[in-house]
Amino acid sequence: MGTEPVGPRGGPSPRLAIVGAGPAGLAAALAAAGRGVHVTVIDSAEAPGGQFYRQPAAALGARRPQALHHQWRTWRRLRDGLERHIAAGNITHLPEHHVWCVERRSDGTPGQRPSAATDRFTVHALLGPGQEEPVEVRADAVVLATGGYEKVLPFPGWTLPGVVTAGGAQAMLKGGLVVSGRTAVVAGTGPLLLPVATGLAAAGVRVAALVESADPKALVRRAGTLAGRVDKLAEGAGYAVELLRRRVRTLVRHTVVEAHGTDRLEAVTVAALDAEGRVRPGSERRIPCDTLAVGHGMVPHTDLAESLGCRVDADGMSVAVDDEQRTDVPGVWAAGEATGIGGAALSLAEGHVAGRSAAARLRGREPDPREWAAAAASRTRLREFFAALDTVYVPPAHWAEQVTDDTVVCRCEEVTAGAVREAVGVLGAGDIRTVKLLTRAGMGWCQGRMCGPAVAGLAGCAEAVTRRPFARPVPLGVLARAGETGEPGRAPVESGEPGGLPVETEGRGGPAVK
Amino acid sequence: MVGAACALYAARAGLDVTVVDRGPVAGGTTGAGEGNLLVSDKEPGPELELALLSNRLWTELASEPGLGTAFEYDPKGGLVVASTPEGLAALETFAAGQRTAGVAAETVTAGQLQELEPELAPGLVGGVYYPQDAQVMPTLAAAHLVRASGARLLTGRTVTGVLRSPDGAVRGVRTDRGEIHAPAVVNAAGTWGGEVAALAGVHLPVLPRRGFVLVTEPLPPLVRHKVYAADYVADVASDSAALQTSPVVEGTAAGPVLIGASRERVGFDRSFSLPVVRALAAGATRLFPFLERVRAMRTYVGFRPYMPDHLPAIGPDPRVPGLFHACGHEGAGIGLATGTGQLIAQVLGGRAPDLDLTPFRPDRFAVHEEAAG
Amino acid sequence: MNPLELADAEPGPAFGVTLDGRELKALPGQTVAAVLWTAGVTSWRTTRGEGRPRGVFCGIGVCFDCLVTVNDRPNQRACLVPVRPGDVIRTQEGTGHGH
Repeated sequence: MGTEPVGPRGGPSPRLAIVGAGPAGLAAALAAAGRGVHVTVIDSAEAPGGQFYRQPAAALGARRPQALHHQWRTWRRLRDGLERHIAAGNITHLPEHHVWCVERRSDGTPGQRPSAATDRFTVHALLGPGQEEPVEVRADAVVLATGGYEKVLPFPGWTLPGVVTAGGAQAMLKGGLVVSGRTAVVAGTGPLLLPVATGLAAAGVRVAALVESADPKALVRRAGTLAGRVDKLAEGAGYAVELLRRRVRTLVRHTVVEAHGTDRLEAVTVAALDAEGRVRPGSERRIPCDTLAVGHGMVPHTDLAESLGCRVDADGMSVAVDDEQRTDVPGVWAAGEATGIGGAALSLAEGHVAGRSAAARLRGREPDPREWAAAAASRTRLREFFAALDTVYVPPAHWAEQVTDDTVVCRCEEVTAGAVREAVGVLGAGDIRTVKLLTRAGMGWCQGRMCGPAVAGLAGCAEAVTRRPFARPVPLGVLARAGETGEPGRAPVESGEPGGLPVETEGRGGPAVK
Repeated sequence: MVGAACALYAARAGLDVTVVDRGPVAGGTTGAGEGNLLVSDKEPGPELELALLSNRLWTELASEPGLGTAFEYDPKGGLVVASTPEGLAALETFAAGQRTAGVAAETVTAGQLQELEPELAPGLVGGVYYPQDAQVMPTLAAAHLVRASGARLLTGRTVTGVLRSPDGAVRGVRTDRGEIHAPAVVNAAGTWGGEVAALAGVHLPVLPRRGFVLVTEPLPPLVRHKVYAADYVADVASDSAALQTSPVVEGTAAGPVLIGASRERVGFDRSFSLPVVRALAAGATRLFPFLERVRAMRTYVGFRPYMPDHLPAIGPDPRVPGLFHACGHEGAGIGLATGTGQLIAQVLGGRAPDLDLTPFRPDRFAVHEEAAG
Repeated sequence: MNPLELADAEPGPAFGVTLDGRELKALPGQTVAAVLWTAGVTSWRTTRGEGRPRGVFCGIGVCFDCLVTVNDRPNQRACLVPVRPGDVIRTQEGTGHGH
């Protein structure tokens, strides 16, 4: 980090910080790097890739990591581009940096209204894995590519050890090359369940059932939209063949109604759903298993954007962006799952647009959207495709009926469904904030990330955008000194001297989309 | 909270009560508060008298079956600490005045500080212990007081007008979903009390004074009392619009430690301010060094209803017959709610109030004073 | 087939860590959670309210269910923290802060 890339007229290059090294963040980095801006990619993981391209830890010496992945060629292109740009000094990659806040600083005189010209950003991170040591990265603009996490709706027994999120089972498999048992049920709804089931099966786990609550007939009804994505349908068909080959029983329009066990999972009860999404009485059956991988879709990580003041749409809980992936806060772009769940390919397209736009604007140039026409077209198609999927992969309409009063809903604070119902029915809570204040649901370690959708559903009130000024817990000692830490090896921008690196390099990361 | 307490005492006085709120229960400043029931931070005068009355009433409510545990009443006591001999001397003088007004205040030596709060930073010269200080969980308190009152609760309804009869007397309120008729209307709209007063055509200068609270990870009971530095009292009484922070640290029944208190007059700006919470963290870790490695999980913001002379408006508004005010309690609304509710119930019922309401007169602000405030 | 075989992994030499004093074998690059899963352990803390067992849930550091004490530091997320030779891993109760 010692050398400062030079900008257009010999001054220091503008600095772009990208939070997240998943598909969106990497695409943004490759699109911006080599275009006269210095890019710093800040990511919590040990290695780039995000959740989708999560790699086994290097020390595990995996010689065939692609066995756990799809779209391996795309990943290689991203990885190689990143390495080239790092070598050329265009990109700094900061792994194991857990960002807890992005601060917008006004360098103007106190009291003066912030303007685009004076605003600068400080990305506050904690160094992993201990997350006790602070690091601060200053930048002129920020791309938030913070990804998403899984939504899981509760059911009796879902807190038993052995019940994991579908994405969690996959992350442990991809990153740690481990599984939690010998016999698994994969359940819930959504396109993630297929690769999780096939991945576990390939890794030697007996997958006793794949339980999908959605109706595949609905997919056929949406054929018009889906037909435009032959590759996606082929991907789905590929999983189906894989499931057949591995003799995985697939139960559609079924749901898990209960997980059984005392101190760990021993079995699940699954049941068929009727046309209204209610459990069909008498259809229950018990499946012994030691692992249940369950998920009901994804939720965007919007905390950093929300604290910066960016508009977050309550519908979908996603960061609002324009055609250039700009948020409504000057200098802040967002891309990938943070702007709405849509998978890796959409994230790549959005990241590319964000990176190109940010690079142009940081150099004072009005970008020409024709520069990213291919990515924009891909973005349009993929958003339509995922909007269609969203209408199909929805949790059973009456899932809350299966949640008994004694079922813990908020895992951290052990708040039961009964307590949530009492807050609404007896104490007059009509919104999720009041339910939280009255019950402590969502006040624990995870800050409601796990229980938010469930509490809203049980309370019968709309989900609200949760404010989490700290995107992760931060030691008070670090908080007390926030802003004092200099960025190692980087001179303040005002005193930047002409460095020795060329502005444009040969390395062209290129759009990672067709 | 104040509205809930008014509802409770009015209902117990035999009145038929309807509670209207544009949000949910405790949706305003109550839900963003720490739930302090304090006498320690008040100098002798009308506010302290109200605090002592309220304190007694809180204790009574807490002893009613089920109620005290329902709102996590904790008579934990307050501990004010001083870091310099001069600070301690000033604190002692302050406490001496409070004692004459009926406050229990015990001088604590440096050695005794460590007994009361083993995790306190070394080097503090002493302090004063206030056994009457207590805490409730404010949202639960508001919800349970409304429930105990038996009043009709209409949430999500915005009052859009005050209905007046031809002779000028109040005859109810207009809401976005119909009219509610009543011969008396109590304005317990907290920080938004000025807006409700304006609907009745009167001026009430309630201003927002922003505060952040930091919340830590759940901990075992390591902070036993409400602990704050002596300069907090000066901040509470200050008129400055600029940011002030003085550390206020306390544990909760649920485990997390709460850290306050910041004061700024910045309007209703809800945006997160890292410099403010950073100052809170710095103050708290100075008082309790073990907090250095404890994690802050979240922070929330609230707006204290601030009035130019730091006293609430309580009682009938002579300008509008039938209109009563119970707002403007600044950062003490939870603590002062019970006394306020009792006083309002007494004047609503035509009885003599327990305290002289003159200092709390809603019409005490002349326009020129507001401009100066 | 197991996951290591699937990915054709050739990790460095295994080393020892302890869980509540019990010796466990760990591979370089594994997280604490991975080591525990490999040893057949699926829960390593109890909740502060009901004392119920918990282990990995989200697997990506979001849910904080897998909290564990590593080398006397409580409330570490087992799914994030890599093991190092000689790590002293302890199951934790309640807040993780003793008492």
